Amino acid sequence: MKRYVATRAATMFGVLMITLLITISLVGSNMDTILKQGIVFQVRSEITENPAIAESFSSVDEFEEFIQGQIDQRIKVLGLDEPWYSPQRIGLTMYKILLLDFGHATFLTSDEGSSDVKDIIFEKLPRTILLFTTATIIISIIGIFLGALSASKVGSVIDRITSSFAIISSSFPVWWIGMLMIFLFAFTYQIFPARATPDIPSSDPGYIGSLLYHMALPLITIVMIGFGSWAYLVRNFMVGIMQEDFIMAKRTIGIKQKKIIYTHALKNAAPPIVTILALSLSGSLGGAIITEAVFDWPGMGRLYFEAITVMDLPVIIGATYILTVFFLVSIFIADLLYGYFDPRVRTGQ
Amino acid sequence: MSSITPQEIKQEFLRSKIGIVGIIILGILIATSIIAIIAIPVETFQEWNNPGNWILYPKVAIPVWVNIFMTEKIPEHKIIETPTIQTNSEGEVMLLSHKFGVNFDYEFFPNDFIYVFSSEYSESALLQMSVIRPDGIKLELLSTSLPYSNSKTIHSERIFSTDESIKKNLLLQSNIFNFNLEQLSAEDIVFSKRDTNEPLKGNYIFSIDTYSINSEIQVHESKLIIGGKAFGIMGTDELRRDLAVGLLWGTPLALFIGLVVSIASVIAGLLYGIYAGYKGKKTDEMMMRFNDVIYALPALPFLIILSVTISNSIFVLVGFLMIFGWVGIAKVARSMSLQIKTRGYVDAANMMGQKDSKIVLKHILPQLLPYAFASIAISVPAAITTEAGLSFLGLGDPSFPTWGHILHDANTFGAASRGLWWWIMPPGIMIAIAGLAFVFIGSALDAIVNPKLKR
Repeated sequence: MKRYVATRAATMFGVLMITLLITISLVGSNMDTILKQGIVFQVRSEITENPAIAESFSSVDEFEEFIQGQIDQRIKVLGLDEPWYSPQRIGLTMYKILLLDFGHATFLTSDEGSSDVKDIIFEKLPRTILLFTTATIIISIIGIFLGALSASKVGSVIDRITSSFAIISSSFPVWWIGMLMIFLFAFTYQIFPARATPDIPSSDPGYIGSLLYHMALPLITIVMIGFGSWAYLVRNFMVGIMQEDFIMAKRTIGIKQKKIIYTHALKNAAPPIVTILALSLSGSLGGAIITEAVFDWPGMGRLYFEAITVMDLPVIIGATYILTVFFLVSIFIADLLYGYFDPRVRTGQ
Repeated sequence: MSSITPQEIKQEFLRSKIGIVGIIILGILIATSIIAIIAIPVETFQEWNNPGNWILYPKVAIPVWVNIFMTEKIPEHKIIETPTIQTNSEGEVMLLSHKFGVNFDYEFFPNDFIYVFSSEYSESALLQMSVIRPDGIKLELLSTSLPYSNSKTIHSERIFSTDESIKKNLLLQSNIFNFNLEQLSAEDIVFSKRDTNEPLKGNYIFSIDTYSINSEIQVHESKLIIGGKAFGIMGTDELRRDLAVGLLWGTPLALFIGLVVSIASVIAGLLYGIYAGYKGKKTDEMMMRFNDVIYALPALPFLIILSVTISNSIFVLVGFLMIFGWVGIAKVARSMSLQIKTRGYVDAANMMGQKDSKIVLKHILPQLLPYAFASIAISVPAAITTEAGLSFLGLGDPSFPTWGHILHDANTFGAASRGLWWWIMPPGIMIAIAGLAFVFIGSALDAIVNPKLKR
């Protein structure tokens, strides 16, 4: 078991590093250009603020030379004279990112006005977790019960409705259903607000109530689209298990069908269910980008989308890193849980 | 893993209702694609983003068929391109007369009317526009001379109902109407009843007479547009584009993306997984670690970064989708190949000294084909919705009218808040239908490949 955990952890860390490396190399060259432009702008504005410097030069050429010298000096201090792909720079960048030092955002700020990427991300993250974790938990509860119910009555009306609902709902994109829900319940029948961002400051005592009210429409949408496929998965696991010999044996002894399903069969279906739960908890964070953009929910997904539209690279790198970490941690936990429930996995046979 | 012959699969598949429904939907989609490719010339959809191409169409017009359910008919947008043509010549003066008949049968005034023409003449020419209304009254609308030219020239122009001189001419005839015309626009006067300012139903005849002296006159283009709020089977969007064109062209694009991505990723995944499983040991370990790395990459963020930084061309995007598509299949294929390689005939082939590639392709791969077909069908919807999602975020290929792109435009122009349901509903329904076809086929195949689920 120890060896299993160690190899998994090592793989995950490797993956994290590779992800970081790919992200940096994809945006690296753009990042350099932006940083250098920033330095030029900074130097020039400092000199225009201080007219004494400009007066001390006799000719324009000499003055320009001085400015260029200043720019080059600062570029050298920051290590920007080397290309972004030089080992030292990549190493330094990755080390900083590992320690959650993402630097300052170019355009975006947090609600409090801080431009530190770490502040921005840790302000948005809880909101995404609030919406999507709640949704995933509701989905899994409904899904497990509905799935167990349909597995106990294979071929019945409930089973057929669940299966067909699962198939149909899984082929609709969540964000499109979101658009429809906004269209129906925010504009045609004005029950819920169209924008999910609460309109009162977070210090107000009514903030939580307002947040929950604004959360309702996206939550309903996500649950509506999600629970069908969950129920279908659980049903399929259960149907498989119900055909196992030990269930048959329990049935012949005369144990009630209900008891068999909810205690014996469900327990045996636990490993895959727990795995999927862990994966979907983190998967929802990544899939949230489009859904949050539709509902204007002020979480990680919308932050990511905004960062990409204005090409705010430090935010993009930071958000990708955090999303990857969450994703990897949940894969890791899912792996461990699976190995715990099903010892065959550990030996890798 | 029991081996199933193709005949058995075919028989079982034809017995499954859901599979047949899927095949029928897919057939309809393929037929639609063929119709789109044949009926709508490629040039039209390449002009998708060119506003000049759509200038004659109305803005955010509702689909025409909505009128069937309405008691108060919404005026249809009419583009009349076939006038009745008469030519007269009296001495030196030559008259070319174009007459457009309009059957106006709506409860609201039209938005506007536009006459588009291009005529070829020399020296000077005169254009007169008038309308005969259902009540027999003839209204003079416009009398204007076309620019003088010594040699033969082609003159193109659009005459809008907002033209000042049309309004002036109508004010000169204000004694016909029993109400004040000052504040009304030209179309509200032309299509109005005499006593009250309400639409007058019936047949209107617009006639455009072009006179020229001493020269032939030829009209190359002559169109009358009665601006309305309903147009086409699918309506139009904010940029006057005919949504039917976008939706039709979206079908082959979606099928192309879905099928290419899923077929390529399934083949890649199968070969990768089988080879890893067959080789075993160090090779297997290394290949599976690499597989883990790709599996753990967060797909959507990476797709977004890739399409922003590298290229958002639809063909490159297909490649990006494949990078993330093959991983799961490779895992399953590996475990299946681990089982198959222990069978006697694989050992025998190995003993006979056959090459690895031959064993993989000839002895192991065919066993996995039923599973491969099921996974191709199942992975198509994911490819389609992912592409649609990227396009919806505005990161797709802007030069192609995919369904996701139409929804992106709808979202940017606030279609949901403005109640433009014909802009939001059809693209999403099309995405879902395309997805459903493959999900149906996939689950029918899946039930055959994994008989445990059937019971």
